[in-house]
Amino acid sequence: MPTSNQSKQSAVKNYDLPDENGHFGPYGGLFVAETLMESIEELNAAYAKYMQDPEFLAELDADLQDYVGRPSPIYHAERLSRETGGAQIYLKREDLNHTGAHKINNTIGQALLAKRMGKTRIIAETGAGQHGVATATVAARLGLECVVYMGAEDIQRQSPNVYRMRLLGATVVPVTSGSQTLKDALNEALRDWVTNIDNTYYIIGTVAGPHPYPAMVRDFQTIIGREAREQMLAKTGALPDALVACVGGGSNAIGLFHPFIGDDGVAIYGVEAAGLGVETGKHSAPLCAGKPGVLHGNRTYLMADENGEIIETHSISAGLDYPGVGPEHSWLKDIGRAEYVNIKDDEALAAFHQLTRVEGIIPALESSHAVAYATKLAKTMDKDKAILVCLSGRGDKDIFTVAKIEGIEL
Amino acid sequence: MSRLEQCFEELKAANKKALVPFVTAGDPSAKFTLTCMHEMVKAGANIIELGVPFSDPMADGPVIQKASERALEAGMSLKGVIEIVRLFRETDQSTPVILMGYLNPIEFMGYETFADKAAQAGVDGVLTVDIPPEESADLLKAYDKHDIAPIFLLSPTSNETRIKKIAAVAKGYIYYVSLKGVTGAGHLELNDVQTKLTQIKQHTSLPVVIGFGVKNAEIAANIAKIGDGVVVGSALINCITHHSDDEEQAQQAISTMLSEMRTAMDATTQQ
Repeated sequence: MPTSNQSKQSAVKNYDLPDENGHFGPYGGLFVAETLMESIEELNAAYAKYMQDPEFLAELDADLQDYVGRPSPIYHAERLSRETGGAQIYLKREDLNHTGAHKINNTIGQALLAKRMGKTRIIAETGAGQHGVATATVAARLGLECVVYMGAEDIQRQSPNVYRMRLLGATVVPVTSGSQTLKDALNEALRDWVTNIDNTYYIIGTVAGPHPYPAMVRDFQTIIGREAREQMLAKTGALPDALVACVGGGSNAIGLFHPFIGDDGVAIYGVEAAGLGVETGKHSAPLCAGKPGVLHGNRTYLMADENGEIIETHSISAGLDYPGVGPEHSWLKDIGRAEYVNIKDDEALAAFHQLTRVEGIIPALESSHAVAYATKLAKTMDKDKAILVCLSGRGDKDIFTVAKIEGIEL
Repeated sequence: MSRLEQCFEELKAANKKALVPFVTAGDPSAKFTLTCMHEMVKAGANIIELGVPFSDPMADGPVIQKASERALEAGMSLKGVIEIVRLFRETDQSTPVILMGYLNPIEFMGYETFADKAAQAGVDGVLTVDIPPEESADLLKAYDKHDIAPIFLLSPTSNETRIKKIAAVAKGYIYYVSLKGVTGAGHLELNDVQTKLTQIKQHTSLPVVIGFGVKNAEIAANIAKIGDGVVVGSALINCITHHSDDEEQAQQAISTMLSEMRTAMDATTQQ
C-alpha cells in the first residue's frame, strides 16, 4: 500500500484498477466458496468478452438512450445555490432515468450479459427496492424469470417498491435471517445462486461483491461521469471544482467519480449515512468509522465488532443501510484521492425538504445526503466555483417514510 | 506425524472410514459443545469439525444459520471457540479438531495471532469457506509456520484446473461438497459423487471426505463405500433444535445418530 505522497500521486496518475484478480490495492478480490468459483469464472470470461464486443456495446447504448432516457441532464440549481450562498450547485439528474434512479444503468448492462450467457433466470438483492425494481423492469422487458431477495424489515418500510416489483412479474422473497436488511438479502441471493447456478444469473446492484462485480458494475455506471464531464465542459467551460455523491455500496458515486480520478483540480467527496450520528454507533458509515475486513466476496471497510461479527447499521435511507462499501472506495480513501464524509438523518431530511421546496425536485433520501453535504461545502467556496452533485434517485418512494417521521397520515 | 495423518492411517489399517461430525461451537452453550465433543468421540467420531459462528454465513442453509445465531447470542466468538478446543485437549490428545467458518473473524484477529493461538490450543486444521487458494498466500504462510492444515472444499462444479489448484495447497484432507447448494440442502446422487471423486483422486493423495446432504445412517454407509470419510452437520444440529429445552436429550440424540452411522459405515467397509 502506498504510504508516501509520491506513490499516492502515481497511484492516481496511472490509475488502472482493479488488477486482473480484482484487487484495488489490498481491497476487492475474490472471496467466495469453491461452490461459486465456476460461475464466477464463467461470468468473468463473459464480461471480458462482451465489454469488447461492438455489437453488445451498441445494443447497450441503444437501450440506454431509448429505454432509460439517457443522457440524463445536468441542471443548475440556481435557487438552491442562491439560498445556500457560495459555490454553484449542479445536479446530475439520474432521478430522471426510467425507474427513477441510476440503478437501471447497471441492470440493463448485466441483463444483456445474462441473456448473452444463455441464463433464463435472474436473481437480485435489494435494500430500498430501487435495484429490485430496476432488475424486475429489465427482466420483464427481456422475458426472464426474476426473483428478488429483500429483508423483511425493508419490505415493511419500502412497500410501494415491493408492489412495483410484483406488478413487473418478479417474485419478492422476504428474508427473515439476521438483521433482515440488505446484507441478509445479499446472503440469501448468494445461497440461491450457489443452488441454481446452471440457469441463474445474479445481478448485484452495487460495486461490491466478488470480482468482477465491483469493476463490472462500475463500468456500467461510469456513463454518469462520462456524460457529466462533457456536459459540464459544454455548460460552464470547465470541469467542476468538486463532486459529491452519496455512498452506501457506492455505485452512483463510483459512476460519477471514476472518469474524474485523474483530474487533479476536481475534489471528490463521498457522503456516508451518519444515521443518528457516528458517535452514537447507530449509523452506516464504514469508511468514516469502520475498519477493513472481508464480507460478501471482497475485502473492504466494514462495520463489525471486535470479534469480526458484522453489526447492524442504521440510516433513515434503506439504500444506504449497508455495513460494507465497494472496495474501490476503500482504496480511494486510503490513497487520499476521495474524501469520505457523513451526513445525519435529520440533515438529510432537511435537504430533502429544501430541494423540494426551492427547486421543485423531490430527491431520494439517499441522494438527500449528497445534497445536504453539497450545501455545507458550497458555503465554504466562492460563488464562481462549481459543485456537481449526483442526484442518484427521485424521492417518490420515500414520501411515506418522510410523512411517517413527521407524524402525517397519508 | 500429525494427528490428522495418524488418524487416517489408523482408520486405513482397520479398514474403516472417518466419521466427521460438525457442530457449531457455542450452540446452545460452550459447556454443551465441550461435553458434546467428548460424547461424539465415544459414539464413534474420528475427527471433529467445530463451526465458528459468523453473523453472515453465506454458504450455510437455514439449520446452520440458526445455530450460528444461537451461538452468537450466547456470546460465542472465535476466541471462545479456541478456548473450547483447549479445554477439550486437556483430556483428549488424539482426536483431530478442525475449525470451520468464515474469514472475517480471522481477519479481525490477525492471521498470525489466530494461527498461533489455535495451534497452541490444539487445533489441527482450519477450513475457511470464503477464501479460495488465489487469496490464501498470507494465510497459508501463517498456517504453515504453526503446523495447521489448511482444509479446502471441492464441489461438483470444480473443474480440472481448480482441482489441481486446490490439491497443490490443501493439507490434512479435502472436503468434497457432494451437491450444489448450501449446507443441509437437497439430496445427493451417489453416481455423480463417485465420478467426481475418481477425478479428484487423480490429483491428490490426500484423503477426501464427503459432506452436504448426509441425513441418516444409510446415506452415510453409501458414502463410506466411495470416500475416505463422511461429514454430518445439519442432521446433528437438528437434534439440538428438536430438543432445545433439554440439553441431555439433545446430546443423547446426537450420540444415537452417530452410533448408527458408525455401525452402518463399518458394516459396509468391513464386509
